[in-house]
Amino acid sequence: MTEKRLDKLETTQIIDGNRAGALGAKLSRVQVIAAYPITPQTPVTEALSEFVVRGELDAQYVAVESEHSALAVCTSASIAGARVFTATSSHGLAYMHEMLHWAAGTRLPLVLACVNRAIGAPWNVLNDQQDSISQRDTGWIQIYARNNQEILDSVIQAYKIAEKVYVPVMVCYDGYILSHTEMPVDIPSQEDVDRFLPPYKPHTTLDPNNPKNYNLVTLANPRLNAGGVLCHGYMEIRYLLQEALQKSVAEIIEVGQEFGELFGRHYDLIWKNGMDDAEIVIVAMGSLALEAIVAAEMLRGEGYKTGVMGLRLFRPFPKKDVVNALRESRVIVVFDKNISYGQEGATCSEIKSALYGSGAKAVIRNFIVGLGGRDVPAREMADAVKRSLQLPTGIALNNEYPEWICHI
Amino acid sequence: MAINAITLSEKEYLLPGNRLCPGCALSLAYRHILKAFEGQVIVTVPASCLTVLHGMYPVTSVTVPCVNTPFATTGASAAGLVAGMKALGKKGPTVLAIAGDGGTYDIGIQSLSGAIERQSDFIYICYDNEGYMNTGNQRSGSTPLGAISGTTPIIGKQQNPKDITAIMEAHGIPFVATANASYPLDLYEKVRKAIRMHGTRFIHVFTPCPPGWRFTYSDTIKIGQLAVETGWVVLYEIEDGIFRLTSASESIARRGKLKPLIEYLSKQGRFKNITENQINELQAAVNVRWKRYMDRASNK
Repeated sequence: MTEKRLDKLETTQIIDGNRAGALGAKLSRVQVIAAYPITPQTPVTEALSEFVVRGELDAQYVAVESEHSALAVCTSASIAGARVFTATSSHGLAYMHEMLHWAAGTRLPLVLACVNRAIGAPWNVLNDQQDSISQRDTGWIQIYARNNQEILDSVIQAYKIAEKVYVPVMVCYDGYILSHTEMPVDIPSQEDVDRFLPPYKPHTTLDPNNPKNYNLVTLANPRLNAGGVLCHGYMEIRYLLQEALQKSVAEIIEVGQEFGELFGRHYDLIWKNGMDDAEIVIVAMGSLALEAIVAAEMLRGEGYKTGVMGLRLFRPFPKKDVVNALRESRVIVVFDKNISYGQEGATCSEIKSALYGSGAKAVIRNFIVGLGGRDVPAREMADAVKRSLQLPTGIALNNEYPEWICHI
Repeated sequence: MAINAITLSEKEYLLPGNRLCPGCALSLAYRHILKAFEGQVIVTVPASCLTVLHGMYPVTSVTVPCVNTPFATTGASAAGLVAGMKALGKKGPTVLAIAGDGGTYDIGIQSLSGAIERQSDFIYICYDNEGYMNTGNQRSGSTPLGAISGTTPIIGKQQNPKDITAIMEAHGIPFVATANASYPLDLYEKVRKAIRMHGTRFIHVFTPCPPGWRFTYSDTIKIGQLAVETGWVVLYEIEDGIFRLTSASESIARRGKLKPLIEYLSKQGRFKNITENQINELQAAVNVRWKRYMDRASNK
């Protein structure tokens, strides 16, 4: 904490994750908020509308009639030059799907808090990460928080990242486990957040004296403009989105370091616990990465050298960091609160892909856990790790399909 | 003073050369709509024939700012532009949402209804070519009874369209009007009036479609005029609840005589398989509606 150079002391409050998300948006001085209520995100929207009505936040709150419209209000308000925020969960995020693509394609620095919840059918309002994982390919940066402090800090960082690389950012946190669970959170002062996050400088303009047309029909191939200059085709524009996500890795690291220097809480792309001598590594994302630490401690108590790698960034996937962290592992056990049906958990696939060509020879096991709010006790994770160690001779490093921790 | 062909500004915001079909009523309507704004407008457009008019990147023939937006989102996009400009303290240009009948009656009605209920401050124009013409003529919630389309083949549509202006009026908005590309000065005046007002203002513009409705490209104006002369389309405005017939509809009301509807229907290939019963049904509906509007105009 010695490098901390705050103007004003932080205050510590005991708050739930939704309050942390709303405070993160408020401290980021968002100017337009459009949101539609859905469990478990609702308290975020209520808190923000109250900030606006009380005059604590100078913003337009647009109480839209659907999530699809929420993100459409956000995209157009962002093109108009405003810093915008929305939050949703589950079906709401699915309903936004079209607009998620549109926002990324327009290169708008929106920030969306996704309070992770299972998706129907059947109906279920409790936590897993199927909702945001299903939006993996929309061109958004995805950051996952492990606790409420990380929610608040990540929302503030998200604006800085988004506005540097002009890519929207989704800050994801587990429904109920974080959204409705209170824990101590250090709240930075407005003055310090202002020092960290300058006002938004839009790259779009809506001026009748300088008319621009956003998102015209764009052909596959480059095409000459009226002045004879060759301009991008659809594919070049899409390439630039990929390039922006690739380059965003460096910015995300830099923003995390800068945040750490100012506020004393350092952020990276992955979290490492007990990794130095670990032969076995548990991989998890979101709050499960903290539960995994408890499981690893149990395993260490039983003599297994176990570490934990928590994924903070899912898109862009932090390949280099993951490879560096896992290259020497003997057994990697990946717990996913999501599944790509017919395949395996999404983070497991990403890790295997990242390790290809790295020379890693680890056994990789994937467990699907916690869907629809099913509790994932640390003991169960530890037992799953131990099952992964009892390998019959001749077994492949890689199982064809994941194992489910459920009653079938 | 009412605008006329001489006093209408010569300044063009829609430059010559766009990608719409020859004889398209939308070109004419949009030209006069933009003149009414005198360039002080920010347009938002969903997928529609107007997207085609706006051109292909990096060339456009439209000289006002424009935000393209997905099909269902026109009302929300307009609301977002209004909120964004308000948040930044920007005053000046009016936000214009402009969508086709598919984007208004069907896929866009939810976001439009929501934006209106929130009393968002923009003008919404629905240009109505009575079908999904951009995708090659399929039925919409605005396609009339008996009209053949790609998805109502051979026997034509078997249902009547929605009354979109009644739906809009039921939202309690300050200004609802109908217009027709064949009466561009009436359209111009209505847009001018809407610009001076606040809240959501809705204008329905009838825009005949030569390829979709199957009539000769040179007959667009004539078809639009016949629509008014037969009472198929009635030109009116409702300002703060006060109903008023305008332009040709107002003068027809004074003369008291509509042409038979068959004169309008028979000029279009889309009605070639309409039945006698359907014609009678449509004529009866036109008569009832005309009487209702006449009564309303005279405060009966």
